[in-house]
Amino acid sequence: MFEALSEKLGSIFKKLKGRGLLKEEDIVEAMKEIRIALLEADVNFKVVKDFTEKIKTRAVGKEVIDSITPGQQVVKIVHDELCSLMGGGDEASQSQRKIHLSPNPPTVIMMVGLHGSGKTTTSAKLAKGFKKDGRRPLLAALDTQRPAAIEQLTSLGSQTGIPVYGTRAGDDPVKVGAEAIKKAQAEGWDIVILDTAGRLHVDEDLMKELDAVKAETKPREILLVADAMTGQDAVNIAKSFNDRLDINGVVLTKMDGDARGGAALSIASVTGKPIEFIGVGEKIDLLEPFHPERMAGRILGMGDIVSLVEKAQESVNAEDVANLHKKIKEDRFTFEDLRDQIKQIKKMGPLENILGMIPGLGKQIKGASVDDREFIRIEAMINSMTKKERENYAIINGSRKKRIAHGSGTTVSDVNKLLKQYVQMKKMLKMFKSGRGLDRIKQMTGFMRGF
Amino acid sequence: MGFFDRLKQGLLKTRKSIVEKAEALFLGRTVDEGLLDELEEILIMADVGPRASSDIIHALKERFKKGDISDSNALKIALKEEIRKSVEDGSGIKVTIERPYVILAVGVNGVGKTTTIGKLASRFTKEGLKVILAAGDTFRAAAIEQLEIWSERAGAQIVKHKSGADPAAVAYDAIVSAKARGADVVIIDTAGRLHTKVNLMEELKKIKRVVSKELPFAPHEVLLVVDATSGQNVIHQAKIFGEAAGVTGIALTKLDGTAKGGIVVAIKRELDIPVKLIGVGEGVEDLRDFNAEEFVEALFG
Repeated sequence: MFEALSEKLGSIFKKLKGRGLLKEEDIVEAMKEIRIALLEADVNFKVVKDFTEKIKTRAVGKEVIDSITPGQQVVKIVHDELCSLMGGGDEASQSQRKIHLSPNPPTVIMMVGLHGSGKTTTSAKLAKGFKKDGRRPLLAALDTQRPAAIEQLTSLGSQTGIPVYGTRAGDDPVKVGAEAIKKAQAEGWDIVILDTAGRLHVDEDLMKELDAVKAETKPREILLVADAMTGQDAVNIAKSFNDRLDINGVVLTKMDGDARGGAALSIASVTGKPIEFIGVGEKIDLLEPFHPERMAGRILGMGDIVSLVEKAQESVNAEDVANLHKKIKEDRFTFEDLRDQIKQIKKMGPLENILGMIPGLGKQIKGASVDDREFIRIEAMINSMTKKERENYAIINGSRKKRIAHGSGTTVSDVNKLLKQYVQMKKMLKMFKSGRGLDRIKQMTGFMRGF
Repeated sequence: MGFFDRLKQGLLKTRKSIVEKAEALFLGRTVDEGLLDELEEILIMADVGPRASSDIIHALKERFKKGDISDSNALKIALKEEIRKSVEDGSGIKVTIERPYVILAVGVNGVGKTTTIGKLASRFTKEGLKVILAAGDTFRAAAIEQLEIWSERAGAQIVKHKSGADPAAVAYDAIVSAKARGADVVIIDTAGRLHTKVNLMEELKKIKRVVSKELPFAPHEVLLVVDATSGQNVIHQAKIFGEAAGVTGIALTKLDGTAKGGIVVAIKRELDIPVKLIGVGEGVEDLRDFNAEEFVEALFG
C-alpha cells in the first residue's frame, strides 16, 4: 500500500537520526523531502502544501530542538498529522466510520463513483458482509448502461447467495431503484444496495440522474467508491460528488496494489467525510475497515502489525497455538507441523498481502517475487514423505529424497533445499523457546505504543 | 466534427483550467523564479508528477538564465516545446501487412480495457477489416458477455471459452481460428490485474508465449490501457507490465473528465513508452489516434 512512501520517509529520518540536536535547516530539508514523497504518493498539491506548513510550524518549535531523539519526534508529528487528516483514530471518529442502519428497514445504501472505480465489486462485498452479520441484503442493478453490467452483478449475487433485483439494459435507474425498495419491503429484505452506473463528475445529465435516484430512494447512506490509484484529480471528483449528493463516506478500492494511496489524504481533507472501508482484492470477502492510524503507521514504515495479528487470530484457533508452543518447547516441531502452519498461512490470504504488513519488510520483499505456489510445492513434498519421515527428518537419505522428489514432481535439490530450510527453522524456533525472541517482540510493540 | 475539434472539446475542461491558470499567470508578469514555481505547481496538479515537472521547469530555468526567454509569451512557447518534446512519437495504431495482426490489451482493473477494445474493433470493421475478438477475461463476472455485446455492435467475431477457463487457451484458439478464417485483426482482451500480483503477471507472460508460439512476431502490439484519472502509480504499472508483456504503447482513457492525464509525460520521459490512443468520450468515434502536436495544442490553446 503505502510502502514506497514509508521507504522515502524512512530514509529521510535515517538522515535525521544520530545528529543530536536538530537545526532548523534540517527540518526544512526534511519538509522538502516529505513534500516530494507526498506528491509522488499522489496527495493533492494543495493538501501537501497545508500539510507541510502545519508540520513545519510544529517541528521548528522547541518540541523538536530540545528533544533527545529528534528523528522520532518528527516521525510522531508527521504520524499524528497524517492520522488526523485521515479522520483520526479516536472512538468518536471510529464510530463515524461505519454504515448506519435506518430504524425502519430497508436501509438504502447508494454506491456512486467514476467508471471502473469498483462499485459493482464493492456492492457485492458489502452485501456479503451484511449477510455474514445476519442481515438480509438485496442488491439492485441500477447500472443499466454499461454492457453486461446487470449480468455482472447478477453473477456476483449468485456466487454469494444474495438476491439481485435487475431489469433490462436501458431501463430508467430511478424506476429500478424504486422497484427494488418495493420488493425489499414486500419480501422482508432489510438492506438495499443500489449499484449505480459509473459516471464522470462533470457529466451534468448523469449527475442529475443521481439527484433523481437520491430523491426517489432516500438512501440512508451514500458511499463514494474511489480508486486508490487516483491522482491529483481526486479532490475534484470527491468534491463534485460530495457537493452534489452530500455523501456519507468513502470506500477506497484496489488497495492491494502498490499505489501509495495519497488519494486517501486528498479525499478526506477535501470532503471531511470518513473513509469507511478499503477494498484489498478481487475476492468477494476482501473488504476491510479503514484504520487511519494503521495507514499512517504504514506511511511511516512501521508496517501494519495490528492487521496482521487480527488476521492471524481469525484463522488460527487458540488450542492449536498452545499445542504448537508445547511442541516448540520440547523441540518436537515436525514436518507435519510445518504442513499445518502452511495451511494456516494460506487461509490468511495471498502471501504478498501478509508480508506487506510486517514492519520493515515492505522494502525487502518489493521486487522479490513472492509466490504462493512455493507453498504448494513444499506441501507436495511433505505429502510425498512417509509418516516416519515427517516425524524424523534425519532418516531421509538419498534414495528417500529421490522418491520424495519423484512423488512431488520436484527435484532432489528442491528436497535438499526444503530440508535445509527446515533445519534452519528449527534453530530459529529454539531461539524463541529461550524467550529472547519474545522479548524482542515485546520491545517492538512497546515502541509502537510510544506513538 | 473534425478530430481537432472533438479532441479540443473533450479536453475543454482540462484546457480551460490549465490555460486559464497559465494565461492568468503569464499576463503582464515578468519572468522570474516565482513565476516558474507557479508553473511547476500547474504541472504537478496535472499529474505530470513532481520529478518530471521539476525537470521541465529546470530546463526552462536554464533557458531563462541563458537569456533565451525574455518575456512571459516566450516562456509560454518554451513550455509548450518542453512538453511536446516529452510526448512525441505517439503514432496511433496502424495495422501492418502481417495477417492476422494481433493486439493484446492489458492493464489494471477498471481502466476501460474492454470498452477500448470494443471501440477499436468498430474502427477496424468500419475500415473493412475482418476482426476477431478473444474473450481472455475469463475471471471477472460477465466480462465475456460484455465483450460479446461489443462484438455484436462492431460486427466482429468473438472466440470465447467458459468463465474460469485458461485465458492463454482462449488466445490460442483465437489465433488458430483467425488463421483458418483469414481474419485481419485479432484483439485479445485480458482480465484486469494489479501489477503487484506475481501469479497474474505470470499468466500474462504465458498468454504472450502461447500467442507468439502459434504466430511468430505476434502480438504485434501490446497496449497498456491507462486511466487518465490515475496518478503516479501508473509509472509502476507501465514498468512492470512492460517487463512482463513488452508494452508497445498506451491507450489513455477517460480524458473527457477533469483529469489531465499528465502522467503520460512522465511515462514517456522515464520509460519511453508512447501514447498511441486516447479516449475522449463514450462514443465509438471518441477513441482517437494520439497526436502529440495536437495534444499539446489542445492543452495549451
